[in-house]
Formats: sequence, C-alpha cells, structure tokens
Amino acid sequence: MGEMQIRPLTLNFGPQHPAAHGVLRLVLEMDGEVIDRADPHVGLLHRGTEKLIENKTYLQALPYFDRLDYVSPMNQEHAWALAIEKALQIEVPKRAQHIRVLYCEIGRILNHLLNLTTFAIDVGAMTPLLWGFEERETLMEFYERASGARLHAAYFRPGGVHQDLPDGLTDDILKWADKFPAFIDDLETLLTNNRIFKQRTVDIGVMSVEEALDLGMTGPCLRATGYAWDLRKSQPYDCYAEMDFDVPIGTTGDCYARYLVRVEEMKQSLRIIRQAIETMPEGPVLAENNKVTPPRRGDMKHSMEALIHHFKLYTEGFHVPAGDSYTAVEAPKGEFGVYLVSDGSNKPYRARLRAPGYYFMAAVDYLSRGHMLADSVAIIGSLDIVFGEIDR
Amino acid sequence: MSDATQTQDSAPEQSKNAAMKAQLAALLGERATVQLDLQNAIKIETSLQNLIAVLKLLRDDAKVQFRQLIDVTAVDYPERECRFELVYLLLSISENSRVRVCVGIDEDAVAPSVTELFSSANWAEREVWDMFGIYFSGHPDLRRLLTDYGFEGHPLRKDFPLTGYVEVRYSETQRRVVYEPVHLTQEYRDFDFTSPWEGVQADIAPPPADEEAGA
Repeated sequence: MGEMQIRPLTLNFGPQHPAAHGVLRLVLEMDGEVIDRADPHVGLLHRGTEKLIENKTYLQALPYFDRLDYVSPMNQEHAWALAIEKALQIEVPKRAQHIRVLYCEIGRILNHLLNLTTFAIDVGAMTPLLWGFEERETLMEFYERASGARLHAAYFRPGGVHQDLPDGLTDDILKWADKFPAFIDDLETLLTNNRIFKQRTVDIGVMSVEEALDLGMTGPCLRATGYAWDLRKSQPYDCYAEMDFDVPIGTTGDCYARYLVRVEEMKQSLRIIRQAIETMPEGPVLAENNKVTPPRRGDMKHSMEALIHHFKLYTEGFHVPAGDSYTAVEAPKGEFGVYLVSDGSNKPYRARLRAPGYYFMAAVDYLSRGHMLADSVAIIGSLDIVFGEIDR
Repeated sequence: MSDATQTQDSAPEQSKNAAMKAQLAALLGERATVQLDLQNAIKIETSLQNLIAVLKLLRDDAKVQFRQLIDVTAVDYPERECRFELVYLLLSISENSRVRVCVGIDEDAVAPSVTELFSSANWAEREVWDMFGIYFSGHPDLRRLLTDYGFEGHPLRKDFPLTGYVEVRYSETQRRVVYEPVHLTQEYRDFDFTSPWEGVQADIAPPPADEEAGA
C-alpha cells in the first residue's frame, strides 16, 4: 500500500454559536469525531480595558470592572476597591464591609445560576434556564434597589459603598433567602440524578489537582478536583473572616463535579447572606476621609469644604502613593486579581486584571483533546466562561 | 479596637511573610534579592539569566511549593534603561503565600519562556507578546491572542495611542469590513485635572480680588 495522505478535518466552532458562551471562535482539528487539537481564538470582545484604565482616574476606572465579568459585576469592583484601599491604607467601616460581602454573595449566586443553567441547556436541558433566569431577575432587582442599576452597578467604591441600603431591602433579601433553597432543590431534581445530564458530564474534562494547579485553575474548577482552596477562607478580605461557611469540594474533577461544587456553593452563599444581614451593624457606609471618598450630599448643601472636596474628587480624583501591589478576591469563577502599579499621580500607571476565565479558556485545548466534539460543549459550559473578562 | 480592620495587613500575616522572606532569601541565595514591600508583600528581583532557575526553585522546593503561576504580565517604563519589567505572580496554596518575581528586560532582549515549568504561562506569555512585544524564546505557540488578525503594534506600550491607528467599518459598496486610519470628529479630550494650586509659590501675592472681597 502506498503512502496515504490524511487530511484532518478542521472545524470552526463559533464565533456565533449559542454554546460558545459569547464570541469564541474555536478552531477544532478533528480526527473523525474526536478532537485532536482545539485552538481557541479569543479577543473578539477585546475593548482594551487595561489601556483605558491607564487613562482614567482611579474612580473613573471602577465602572470598567462591571463590564469584565458582566455576570457578577460587583465581585470585580470589589477587587479594585480593595486594591486602592490597600495602597491608600484606608479602613472600611464595618457596615460597608457587610454590605459588600452581602452583594458579593448575591453576585456569586447570580453567576452560578447563569452558569449552571446555561451549562444545562448546552447539554440538552431547557427548563433550568427558564427557571434560573427568573431567579436572576429577582436578584438583579436587589442590585437595582441598592445601586440603581441591574447589571453595571458601580456600587462598591474605594472606602466602602456608594449609598446605604434603602429601607426594607434586607428584609426582602431574607424573605427571598428563605424561598431560594426550594428552587435549588427543584434545580437538582432536574439535573443532579438526570441520566442524560450525567451521561454528558461524568468523566468528561477530567483534571487532577496537579494538572489544575499547573493550568492555573482557581475557584470551583480547582475545588472540583478535591483541593479545598478558597480565598475567602485562606486570605480573607473585608468581613469574610467572621462568616461561618464551608468550602465544598469535588472528588473527580470532571464536568459533573464542577456542577456539584457550584450547586453547593450557592447554598453556602445563602448562609453568608443571612449572616451578613443578621450581623450588619449600623453606621456609615463610606470611610470618612474626604480626600478619598466624596462627602455626603447633605453636607454639600451647607459646607463649603464639602463642596470643594466633591469638586476635587470628581475632577482631579485622589492620588495613590507610588508602588505596586497585587490584590485578589474569590470571584465566583475563581481568583480575580488586580496588579496595580501606581506612580503617585491620580491615574493608575498600569493595571493588570487577572481574570480566572482566561486560564480556563487556555485549558480548553488540554481538556478537550481526545474527547468527542459534543463533549467540548460540555467542557466549555462547565468551566464557566464569560468573554467579558477573558477578552477584557 | 477600631471598628474596621484590613485583614491582609494584620500582624500574624506580617510575621508570616517575614519568615517566608527569610526562607526564600536562603533558598535563592545569590540568584535574586528578596524584599518586603510597603504593603508587606514579598517581591523577588532577579535577572533574565537566573529567571528560569529561580522559578524552578520556587516551584520545586518542598518547603515553599509555589506551584501555581497565577499570572505573567509586564509594565512599560519608556524612560528606564531596561524598558520593560516582567512580573511573574506565584501562589503557594500549601503555604498560603504569594510572591511576585520581577525582571527588568530591554526592548530588544528575548525572555526565556517558562511554559516548560508552568502550563499556565502559555497564554499569559502570548498576551505579553501581543500587548508589549516582548519575545519569549522556547514558547510553543507564540501568536497574537487578543488583538485583531493582522494587527500591528503593541497596544499596552506607553507610546501606543489610546485610540490606536486604524478603525474598522462595514463598507456597503465593497461588501466587506474595511480598515481606515482613525478619524476623530473631535480631538481626544484628555483633561489634566491635577491641582494648579500646588505649583504656586508662597511669595506670589494673592490676587487683588481677595482683598476687595475682604474689605
């Protein structure tokens, strides 16, 4: 038999594909229906956030963080606020810390609801998406009542949060928190023991702890491999150290384990939400340091100094002492970090945004090799990929 | 007790980092300088020649185990002799510790790729190449990542304009996306809000308007 020319089939997945979770162009080299190599082409949503931040004052840069991982906006803002607070060494009032933790956990549930339900629809289950988005709407109303916006909140500020919570909001959140476990149970009846769901996810995209560390995995994807690592526990920020919650871990490190970890994390988030509300003290919600935080609107009506501070803060902004620092938070997807280099002026010299999803996307090639085409969809769904943060 | 605390700057954290710093200084010896910065984080400075050895020691030493490369990034300082600074952020989940390894690198120097040590460096280095134009030798697949196909220039360099050089639009006549030089309908408005008062010397007399108001 003579030489045979084998031409591998190259398949373009996306950039417009509902299972690509955004604008992903995945170039797959196929051997029959088996994936030989996956080459993700990302950057179709690249907006140059890091470059833009260099040209804005510290406060003007904050709303860009909502637009990174637009599924859980406030968690990103949190990293930016913490990075600035660290550089300026300002203390955040207790009430503001509780509000931030409360909203970070709401953000986590928002994120997991979107991820789990779209993951389910990717592998064939339609109903969870319809149910989950109804719950997300309720949560986004809580966002709206606190910040005025459903998604792009710009609510966390260096030194605290922008406004105090309106009356009755915490009661409504508690009421919702009583009802929500029933929803999780419903979701689980649809998926957890569902034969089709398990066939699509069990033993697909398996990672060991070693591999996960090597690939830069953080968050639920790392925990699903069995390593209990959560920045809220190990390097606590704000008032997470006072909260009582567990870190769920998986054992198998496959798509199914990642699903299970996220379901359990939602339940733990509910515990944190309850504690954050129950132990929330009265008091200010912004540090009273008018060189960094704006004065209250009421003060500006009769205090000239407050008016000057307001004007200076919203034009010049505040100056951050020179130096570089890395600040990370446990965003719903994993470790979201800000590497901030300041030169003492009112604008960041360089801000590097470390998005967890970026490293998940990089791992898609490794995880999907040798799997079938349909499994790549399950892998992408289970890794929790959002292009706002990957492309930045 | 103040009503607010920054847990990351607490005292046990400080002594832990100081101990880790001493350990790392002993481990790395001549190859690098280890220091604690103002925010009490560990910063390691090394040279390009020693970079791979330092990262390998940090990863493999049983006592520190910095097994996760969190991120690789660069900072552009056009006025410095070594134009760029490469920053490697490492995390040890067993010791719960972070370090960052900084290396100065010249504009036309080549950095060694660390993809052999950490798989996560793959895309991180691709992005540094894309954004800063720092070349990594030994990288398996050093292509542009985030910018457009056929993009020219390295956007995060300080001499790259914020607006870029080209803009795209769909041309009805040509039935395709066309690239054109950036055309701004008004100048990019970059206000310099830094306080004008600070530069005023004390010996300059206040404007007369003030005196009139006081009278």
